[in-house]
Amino acid sequence: MGASQARYQQEYHDLVDKSGFSLEQIKNLHYRFHQLSGNNETISKGNLDIIPALEDNPIKSQIIDAFFDKRNQRQNETGSCEEIGFEQFVMVMSHFRPPPSPMTDAEKEAVRSLKLRFLFNMHDTGSDGTITLEEYRKVVEELLSKSEHMEEEVTKDIADAAMLEVASTNVPHMGPDEFYEGITFEHFQQILKDLEIESRMHIRFLDVDTTTMHCGKFSS
Amino acid sequence: MDPAVTRPVFSFVLTVLSLVPSCGGELSPITVAPGEKEDVPLFTMNYARIQVPFEITLWVLLASFAKIGFNVNRRITTWLPESCLLISVGLIAGGVLFHVHEAPPAVLTSQAFFLYMLPPIVLESGYFFPTRPFFENVGTVLWFAVAGTLWSAVGTGLSLFAVCRVEAFGLRDVSLQENLLFASIVSAVDPVAVLNVFEDVSVNEQLYVAMFGEGLFNDAVTVALYQIFIYVAKMPVAEDLSLVVARFFLVGLGGMVPGVLFGLVAAFTTRFTSRVREIEPLVVFVYSYMACLVAELFSMSSIMAIVTCAIVMKSYVEENVSQRSCSSVRHMIKMFGSVSETLIFFFLGVVTVTTEHEWNWAYVLFTLLFAFLWRCLGVLFLTLIVNLFRVIPFTFKDQFGLAYGGLRGAVSFALASTLPHSIGCRKLFVTATIAIILVTVFLQGITIRPLIELIDIRRTSHNPDSINAEIHSRLMEHTVTGIEDLCGQWSHFWWKDKFLKFNNRFLRKVLIRDSRAESSIVALYKRLELQNTVEILNMVSGGISAAPSMVSLCEESRKLFLASDVKEIHDILSKNMYKTRQPMAAHTRKHALPSESRDKEILLRRHASIQRSLGPGSLRDSAVPISHKYSTLPARKSLHFKYFPAWERYADNRGTMSEMAFPFRCSSARARISLRRLNTPTPPSNGALDESSCETNKVERGTNSSSGRSHVPPQHHFNLVNNSRSADPYRSVHHGGEEGRPASPTEPRATH
Repeated sequence: MGASQARYQQEYHDLVDKSGFSLEQIKNLHYRFHQLSGNNETISKGNLDIIPALEDNPIKSQIIDAFFDKRNQRQNETGSCEEIGFEQFVMVMSHFRPPPSPMTDAEKEAVRSLKLRFLFNMHDTGSDGTITLEEYRKVVEELLSKSEHMEEEVTKDIADAAMLEVASTNVPHMGPDEFYEGITFEHFQQILKDLEIESRMHIRFLDVDTTTMHCGKFSS
Repeated sequence: MDPAVTRPVFSFVLTVLSLVPSCGGELSPITVAPGEKEDVPLFTMNYARIQVPFEITLWVLLASFAKIGFNVNRRITTWLPESCLLISVGLIAGGVLFHVHEAPPAVLTSQAFFLYMLPPIVLESGYFFPTRPFFENVGTVLWFAVAGTLWSAVGTGLSLFAVCRVEAFGLRDVSLQENLLFASIVSAVDPVAVLNVFEDVSVNEQLYVAMFGEGLFNDAVTVALYQIFIYVAKMPVAEDLSLVVARFFLVGLGGMVPGVLFGLVAAFTTRFTSRVREIEPLVVFVYSYMACLVAELFSMSSIMAIVTCAIVMKSYVEENVSQRSCSSVRHMIKMFGSVSETLIFFFLGVVTVTTEHEWNWAYVLFTLLFAFLWRCLGVLFLTLIVNLFRVIPFTFKDQFGLAYGGLRGAVSFALASTLPHSIGCRKLFVTATIAIILVTVFLQGITIRPLIELIDIRRTSHNPDSINAEIHSRLMEHTVTGIEDLCGQWSHFWWKDKFLKFNNRFLRKVLIRDSRAESSIVALYKRLELQNTVEILNMVSGGISAAPSMVSLCEESRKLFLASDVKEIHDILSKNMYKTRQPMAAHTRKHALPSESRDKEILLRRHASIQRSLGPGSLRDSAVPISHKYSTLPARKSLHFKYFPAWERYADNRGTMSEMAFPFRCSSARARISLRRLNTPTPPSNGALDESSCETNKVERGTNSSSGRSHVPPQHHFNLVNNSRSADPYRSVHHGGEEGRPASPTEPRATH
């Protein structure tokens, strides 16, 4: 036990540097990881699928996929993995790190960029760097799937309208023969520049032992 | 009218009218036959009978004139907060009364204030409460409201007591309890004027909601403290502290119970008022007033009751009532709140002049000093603590805004006036309260705006309504909720999510008549569609003369996107006309109505002008039964079914027929426009007009139609056309849109 503890300590410190979480937070995450994985080294999609609380979430599958998406590992790879280890888990979670305060403007930009990148990757299932109309439609459909019964047409309209909005904001003088292919990351950043993502898109860590608080929740 | 002219006129009128009470009685005319019989008096005057209502009405009228007078010139109200102006007019009126030796009306008894004058103000604040920012910052707001007020009150009280100990000022007889009582009166912050400034400058949301929430909730705290200290001041011995604290919490939180109860019942009531639309506004007022009264019955905080009632009731009621009732309700709430506030400041001015003052330089000056000092210290210290828990910390600029914006106002004044006479230095307290109110309102109220602009406080970016922002906002919330669930960390998104689920599953089913939950994305989309239609209408009828020059732009780009077919648009629009609720802007101007029915008004106006421009015979009048229109359209079963019952329900309403007829106008106009975007071959000359208006709309994004709206909605939604539908069904739909005229679509345009 002593040896593995030491090994964990070393890993934790590496992760603290890489992800920006504190040691306490990494430990919390590790407990959770063990819960999810059933004490294995890695977790697969199946492990995440069975979390009961996620059932009601309309974009459940996208969230789960995001964990297995290599683009979120910040190593410039694409594609997806079958299983992820703790390090990858933490790297994905680092997108939701509570922001250090106060932040300088440059830091804010970096954090924004990171979080927007995460959202962008969630949309861009084709991994081609742009969000096409089909992909956007799928997102809107998923988003509206749980709230009310919508006809397909309406969700299509909404997606169309949104794409058009992006197009007009970013490429205002499109000529008659041009063709708006898809939303690139720059356009994405542009249209969402008013949304205060850096301060809203994060989770808060409670300083309690997650096993005692959530073991009931997990097993229910 | 120039204010410089109105004021002397007012005073003159007032003088005259104040002399009126002295001439009650009857004036009998000169009788023709002297001494024979008593003639029936022709002309009698009985002032005593109407005295009270007459005077009240007169005061209200006067205050309203003053308000109208100030707002004539926008610049005045920008730099001088209205409260200052009202107090000035009140001072003048008070001066007049003083010279005529009349007593001011006794409106400031405890009864009148807490039961009649305060509720409308609180209801207004509660109804237009920015709930989302509040709940995101709830800890901060309550911290400032409760702890901040306590800190100020206790600090000021103690330091004033220390001052009183000093022999030189001659205040030895003011006891500690009395000082604390006085301090709790003057620590009530009333940031109305400041909030106006904040809104104008659009300060960041967190500061705004902190100020707003603090101002609202610390009234409750102050009243609770007041009651406690009144009680304590009467007692020679200090009370048991734990009881005091318990009572304090009971007063504050206990007020919420009747609020929630009555709010839910109100929401439930509106579920059944679909056939008696006239009394819908009444429901809102009656139930919130009941909540207030019940809270007062148990000596709990009526302010909390009203606020909770309004917050709980609002979302359900607004979905249940008709659009018209909704705007009536909002309008009336604003009206009552405005009148009440105006009157209070006005009377403040009047009473300042007419009461007997006991002036003690030392006490007044030290009050001013300590109140300001303790507030600043309080804000600094509390912010230090609360910043540890906040994601977005309050900067020093924010703190300055908070501290400097601590104006005193109505509640302090009322509480001071209603001090029982058993308190020895009552007059001193009243004088000091009035002094501090006047100083803060004038000094801080006038200077806060330049200062706020000078220090360049962090502002909020106004999000123009954008579907992308809405979609991604929701996406982000769901994502974070999902991540939270996944890694087992609870946070406020989780709570929000759970509450929304509970809401959807139980509350909405019970309280809302037609409880299909509508996603905010869809609601926004529909609203934007509606706005676009309005733009189109303006282009069509307003931009006719510009059309020929745009012919050259008739080539359209082959867009990737497809729109739904016209029927879809048609139905969505028609559903929009009576279902869309504009979400309240997060900041609402305190003294202006949110421009909620703007679009509808535009449509109403445009209808008239379109009818004129398109010639008399071209559009059918509104006598056509609705079902007839529907049957001409190639209705897709599901849609038809979905929307039709809603139409029927609306057809019951008298007076809404004209509204209903409009969708066909708009959608027919829109149908014409959308027609252009099809790849169907049509002669370009016919298409030019609408084509051009489309293009104009697209290209000249910044310019606006004659309605002159400053807000530029994304104007592209209508540019989507369904390429997959063939031209023929389109034509028949189009015919339906043209109310069954068998003429070709080009005909109406020929009349332009």
